[in-house]
Amino acid sequence: MSVANRPVHRPLSPHLQVYRPQLTSVLSILHRATGIALSVGALYLATWVIYAAASPKAYALFQSFNVSIVGRIVLGGWLFCAFYHLCNGIRHLFWDAGYGFELKDAYRSGWIVIAVSLIATVVSWVVGLRLV
Amino acid sequence: MSDLRTPLARARGLGSARDGLHHWWAQRLTAIALIPLVVWFAISLVMLSGADHAVVRAWIGSPLVMVLLILTIGVGLHHGQLGLRVVIEDYVHGDGRKLALIVAVRFVAVVFGLAAVVAILRIGFGG
Repeated sequence: MSVANRPVHRPLSPHLQVYRPQLTSVLSILHRATGIALSVGALYLATWVIYAAASPKAYALFQSFNVSIVGRIVLGGWLFCAFYHLCNGIRHLFWDAGYGFELKDAYRSGWIVIAVSLIATVVSWVVGLRLV
Repeated sequence: MSDLRTPLARARGLGSARDGLHHWWAQRLTAIALIPLVVWFAISLVMLSGADHAVVRAWIGSPLVMVLLILTIGVGLHHGQLGLRVVIEDYVHGDGRKLALIVAVRFVAVVFGLAAVVAILRIGFGG
């Protein structure tokens, strides 16, 4: 077999696993993942008001899940997804407007997004648990 | 490369099916609307921690909350549906499955959104 005819097994792009994870790519994937989670969360939010409009008994059943350990983790996780997607979404809107494309700026805004969404999540948990 | 479109058509950016920018633009518009709505809703949710049924109903039923909540759920579901469509188009292969999923996502969003609006109005108007 000549060199020209030999099959070449090059990785086809985008093959995420052959790249070293970078802040920019990880945040991009996280934006999609949190977006999918929030879409499911929006259905849960709709279910919440539907239960609130139903009987107190039905609402108590719904609430019993929310106040359980699993429920609190889901709701707390939802808050993180919301804050992250919100902050990173604003970052995307700046890009859409043509700002912040320099590599240095993209990294700096990325770290700001991580910091703000984590702080907002922690503050929400602390305030929320105090009110319970 | 020569462009067969007229300068006016290019400036309008509507594509061959008159629909070019619509999805992109709707996603951005709903994103901007959701910035204040999500901040408001997240704060409200935290403040409602531990609230019982009566408190939650009284909160949902106040006029301002009714408007903001319907907006949050409606715009949120629309934005989510637009985003999921892009994800499906990227990762689901096979035209049949792709179309079926996109349609299913839209149907679910509309059903849940409408049910939520009816529930909010029922609470607000004492049904």
